[in-house]
Amino acid sequence: MHFSAYMVNNITMIKNKENIIEVKDLVKKFGNFYANDHLTFEVKKGEIFGFLGANGAGKTTAIRILSGLSYPTSGDVMVAGFDVYKEREKVKKNIGYMSQKFSLYEDLTVKENIRFYGGIYGLSNKYIKEKTESMLERLKMKDIQHSLIGSLPLGWKQKIAFSVAIFHNPKIVFLDEPTGGVDPITRRDFWEMIYEASNNGITVFVTTHYMDEAEYCDRVSIMDRGKIEGLDTPGGLKKRFKSNNMDEVFLKIAR
Amino acid sequence: MIKQTKHIIKVNQLRKSYEKVEAVKGVSFSVSNGELFGLIGPDGAGKTSIFRILTTLMFPTDGNVSMMDLDVVKDYRFIRNNLGYMPQRFSLYQDLSVEENLAFFARIFGTTIEENYDLIKDIYIQIEPFKKRLAGQLSGGMKQKLALSCALIHSPEILILDEPTTGVDAVSRKEFWEMLIRLKEKGITILVSTPYMDEANMCDRVALIQNGEIMSIDTPAKIIDDFGRKLWAVKSDNIYQLILDLKKMESVDTVFPFGEYLHITSKADEFNEERLISDLEKVGHSNIRIQQIKANIEDCFMQLMQ
Repeated sequence: MHFSAYMVNNITMIKNKENIIEVKDLVKKFGNFYANDHLTFEVKKGEIFGFLGANGAGKTTAIRILSGLSYPTSGDVMVAGFDVYKEREKVKKNIGYMSQKFSLYEDLTVKENIRFYGGIYGLSNKYIKEKTESMLERLKMKDIQHSLIGSLPLGWKQKIAFSVAIFHNPKIVFLDEPTGGVDPITRRDFWEMIYEASNNGITVFVTTHYMDEAEYCDRVSIMDRGKIEGLDTPGGLKKRFKSNNMDEVFLKIAR
Repeated sequence: MIKQTKHIIKVNQLRKSYEKVEAVKGVSFSVSNGELFGLIGPDGAGKTSIFRILTTLMFPTDGNVSMMDLDVVKDYRFIRNNLGYMPQRFSLYQDLSVEENLAFFARIFGTTIEENYDLIKDIYIQIEPFKKRLAGQLSGGMKQKLALSCALIHSPEILILDEPTTGVDAVSRKEFWEMLIRLKEKGITILVSTPYMDEANMCDRVALIQNGEIMSIDTPAKIIDDFGRKLWAVKSDNIYQLILDLKKMESVDTVFPFGEYLHITSKADEFNEERLISDLEKVGHSNIRIQQIKANIEDCFMQLMQ
């Protein structure tokens, strides 16, 4: 069958690439509670990696550790070639982050937000100026560069927030429910931006509650109660859990 | 006490403006007695503004709204007594226990937990083992069940739920809808809003809303029938490249990713499938699959948006 041939090709393609995230036996305990219970996985360079799980499964805890905001209780975690115990600042410099809840400053304009984040990452004025131009061009948002972020529709904000999160050309970008509540057309524009970033070599680590979006990922991990219960390509997971789509896979794992 | 009425909720030319922004731009719809009616649309569509007016928490700028044949401005007291409302933000008392919250809401409506226990039993029984726990310390799913129990404890005629499933995982979403279906079977009229298009299929009728305007009101099946044009699902080994290549093609109208496929429409409403495959093969695509499919609610929503 064509499809399985594709699966094999795709997996070999991914396997040949270098690891950008390596997690081995990651444990994070809060008191006696295992929020992350011996997680082991790798993410390849340029991969779109879907990080799924029920509410409270431990996704946010893991993302906080991977982005250098919280220490693991035990286990080895390397992100972009740096150790999350000893090289947190280097980890932070090499990643981008956006979430639905926190993204941009509402009382700054589009351009001021870009300028601000560029400054935070220590980019040169020249780089900021040139990249701002090309970014606004790409987003077709030149006309609104002086508008306050707070005055824009959610979908626009999210597109700008994503562009800002990859403005410093990080090795990895973490997206925590980036498309929640966004209208269906903008949600798809957003995924095209994700594909584009991945094509340019940026690794995308994304969480979502939209199961159709899980299908857009190269590989998907599904967490339940602190553990990874499935990790494969969407095709591989559907086959293993005898499901027609990712929604069924998710229900079988997390219910 | 309540007059028999076919349309328990009637909204006529409702408008709401906030300073510069017109959030609701002349919206009309009605909900029948015992119906499960969905208001489907993204953030900023005006769903919460409409709900806050229907629940008598905010005045309309213009238009008429009646609930149970009573006016939301003049008769707000009576309406409030017969309405259950679950706002989007968790709005129970975090520093009261599960049991205390429920008892509190029962008491302000002049009733007791025991009196209406049958109505909430299915839902409350799932959180009853934690009844001594503070509401602030519950998991998301449990908070939601408590909020729903509190909204139902006075046995309202109408239940209004503002985005109860936003940010909720796929399993809990499914469970929540199962609870709503059971409540509907008990005869409660339910008005619910959601940004998840797939949830439209759980409703008797839906209104698709965008930018303060209703684009379509009907049963989910009828909305799908009204899509009115042919739709194809396509995939190949390189989905991103496929999006770019299809968008360049003269014959192609719209291209939207849907799970592992792209949904496409044609300007002429017809594709020569073999020709399309060979055109795509010429630009380097392999394992191309194409088949004509039936639209879903999200396809319809996007078509109406354009």
